[in-house]
Amino acid sequence: MQFTFTEEQEQFRDMVRRFALEQSPASTVRRLMATDEGFEPALWEQLSRQLGLTALRIPEPYGGSGFSAVELGIVMEEFGRTLLCAPYFSSAVLSTEVILAAGTETDRSALLPGLADGSRRAAFAFTEVSGSRAVDEIDTRATTDGNGRWQVSGSKRFVIDGHTADCLIVTARADDDVGLFLVEDDAGGLLRRPLVTMDATRKLADVDFDGTPAIRIGGPGDCREQIEAALDAASVALAGEMIGGAQTLLDSAVAYAKMRVQFGRTIGSFQAIKHKCADMLLDVESARSAVYAAAGAAAGNHPEAPALACLAKAAASEAYVRTAAETIQIHGGIGFTWENDTHLWFKRAKSSEVLLGDPTWHREKLMQRWGY
Amino acid sequence: MNDPEDLRQSVTDWLEENWDPDAKLVEWRSKLVDSGWGMPTWPERWYGRGLSGEQAAAVLDVFAEAGAVGVASGGPGRLAAVTILEHGTDAQKEKYLRRILTGEDLWCQLFSEPGSGSDLAGATTRADRIDDGWRINGQKVWNTSAHHARYGLLVARTDWDLPKHQGLSYFLLDMDQEGVNVKQLKQMNGHASFNEVFFTDAFIPHGEMLGQEGDGWKVAMTTLANERRMADVLRNASSGERRGSIYEEVRRENEVLMAPYTWYPQRAGRVDLLVKRAQETGRIQDPVVRQEIAKVLIMARSAEWTAKRARAAQQQGRPQGPEGSLGKLAASNVARAAAQAHTLITGADALLSGEQSAENGIIAEILVSVPAISIAGGTDEIQRNIIAERVLGMEKEPRFDQGPFRDVRRN
Repeated sequence: MQFTFTEEQEQFRDMVRRFALEQSPASTVRRLMATDEGFEPALWEQLSRQLGLTALRIPEPYGGSGFSAVELGIVMEEFGRTLLCAPYFSSAVLSTEVILAAGTETDRSALLPGLADGSRRAAFAFTEVSGSRAVDEIDTRATTDGNGRWQVSGSKRFVIDGHTADCLIVTARADDDVGLFLVEDDAGGLLRRPLVTMDATRKLADVDFDGTPAIRIGGPGDCREQIEAALDAASVALAGEMIGGAQTLLDSAVAYAKMRVQFGRTIGSFQAIKHKCADMLLDVESARSAVYAAAGAAAGNHPEAPALACLAKAAASEAYVRTAAETIQIHGGIGFTWENDTHLWFKRAKSSEVLLGDPTWHREKLMQRWGY
Repeated sequence: MNDPEDLRQSVTDWLEENWDPDAKLVEWRSKLVDSGWGMPTWPERWYGRGLSGEQAAAVLDVFAEAGAVGVASGGPGRLAAVTILEHGTDAQKEKYLRRILTGEDLWCQLFSEPGSGSDLAGATTRADRIDDGWRINGQKVWNTSAHHARYGLLVARTDWDLPKHQGLSYFLLDMDQEGVNVKQLKQMNGHASFNEVFFTDAFIPHGEMLGQEGDGWKVAMTTLANERRMADVLRNASSGERRGSIYEEVRRENEVLMAPYTWYPQRAGRVDLLVKRAQETGRIQDPVVRQEIAKVLIMARSAEWTAKRARAAQQQGRPQGPEGSLGKLAASNVARAAAQAHTLITGADALLSGEQSAENGIIAEILVSVPAISIAGGTDEIQRNIIAERVLGMEKEPRFDQGPFRDVRRN
């Protein structure tokens, strides 16, 4: 496993960081989170067509650049720092990863080029009303007329960017198998409703299917393993986003503690605050180590990679949420106001904690994957 | 000698001519010390060869391949040697270095006091100038190996009117005298790895001060900087399969040197035993136990990776990030969480201690040893101060110990 980044990776990080800082100041985040769509087409165009970030993980024959989980992690971390609002995670991570994991040659040729250049945005509908990501708990059904035409019926919930995507990739039961089905946004019997989310920077939707026409992707067999693999890859990416956000919070807490004066001295000169900040740093750096290790393992196809995906997601979730709570505490009263930006990251921490399985779920899965 | 192959050949030739696994340990080491191969990075004048760290590693490799025993390298003796080499006069180097390296003289460190733990510079053991030297009065504590030591590295106050760091001096103390009284100190885990050392009009002649009067803090920093690297040195030529009477002597030497450290793995929480114990007791089925074990393992693995990140950055010559200063604090957290998880796994058996208890007493020893890890070598609180002030750049606490030490409030 690698524990540092190459010169090229560092340059890539600098480029993405500059882009995110310029394009996603808190004022922009606040403006976009108040909209139903939650993103701006112009910014999407920039990050996809100009910077090629949507093409990162897609192999070259399909219009991508064929990079690994390490580079994807860099993008997610830097986007996480500024809460950059775009359907990147839903389309370039979740949907792309599931096609990479399960797609047949036909699926890849048909779908990946559009995702690579950003001309199409996909959403991955894998969560049922129960909220579970478990592939064995899928109730949505797919039926076929025997001539290759499929229909999907059921309900998916918490679909990230599900109301704005051009197409949906849906997990559904077909007889005893769990398969993947592509549904276009104008398909009949498709109903999409945006949900009111606690974290307004991450848009979720309810999606109902009622005999909705669909194309089966991922071949005729069971896709449970491939879906798991895609969700693992997405968990590592999301964990990357989380350490980026946690770092922003830590920076802001420390900066505030150095500036805020009470009792004639900066609050950062009190050990009560100093020690909190030292613990926060340890927390963030430990999670960072876990995330980098998991991304490195995924990139190198290390046998421990699936276990480390769970480890990283659990570690990053806990660290992000704790850091967010402590950052509010260090800011005191102002930290509890709407005007102060801390709550934007606090809410992102909360939504990330639960998405793709909460830390308790991941720890149990980790133990199983370690064979315990 | 610049060619690595030439270097290896020279060492091999020398060993072929001189190495004898049935030699007396001290006789062999005397030869080794004179050859300069024992401390390859030291200057030629002082038992070394002036080689680089990389070259020295190659020398060590050849020694290891041949199974040749090295100079005495464990324990506080190494700290004494390094400190004397850096700050000592020629006469002091002449007198002490050789016998440290041969293992004839054992040393101890006399820094901490009952009244100054974290605040090491607040030492109140006094050294008063008399005609032919210094008279020492006071008490030291947490002195590893002091009950075996021939000499001690002593920090004592020589001037009470200067600010506290400036009034300290560093001495080389002969422990074998009436005014020095060593008492073993029993810890809460039943072991006695340390000592208390009492000075009642102990005497140090002129010429046994290391550095100048008032340099005590500066010289002590050399010792402490090397103490942090000690963990790497606490090993010696493995005597597993080797035949020869010298290995028996080395084994006995190691036994004495390592005796204070037998409980150190338990102090760190024995993360390695968690899953095994949970499987053996069947507690691995309990979802709460599984959660707690996973939490500890995540912390422990993350700490390992953080250390690897620090090392990798160092090897690449990049400026070290915050990851370098976090290890000690992380280790405390891991140890405490591991002890808690061991308690959960062990259940009522955690009430017991000794041979009848779980894992032949190891679990009980974990529970009563872990409290040491967040204190020894810099408390967690001091570590947090260091991280906050040096890494995060936060303002220092206001201080109340400036000015003449005489006027500073103390225990």
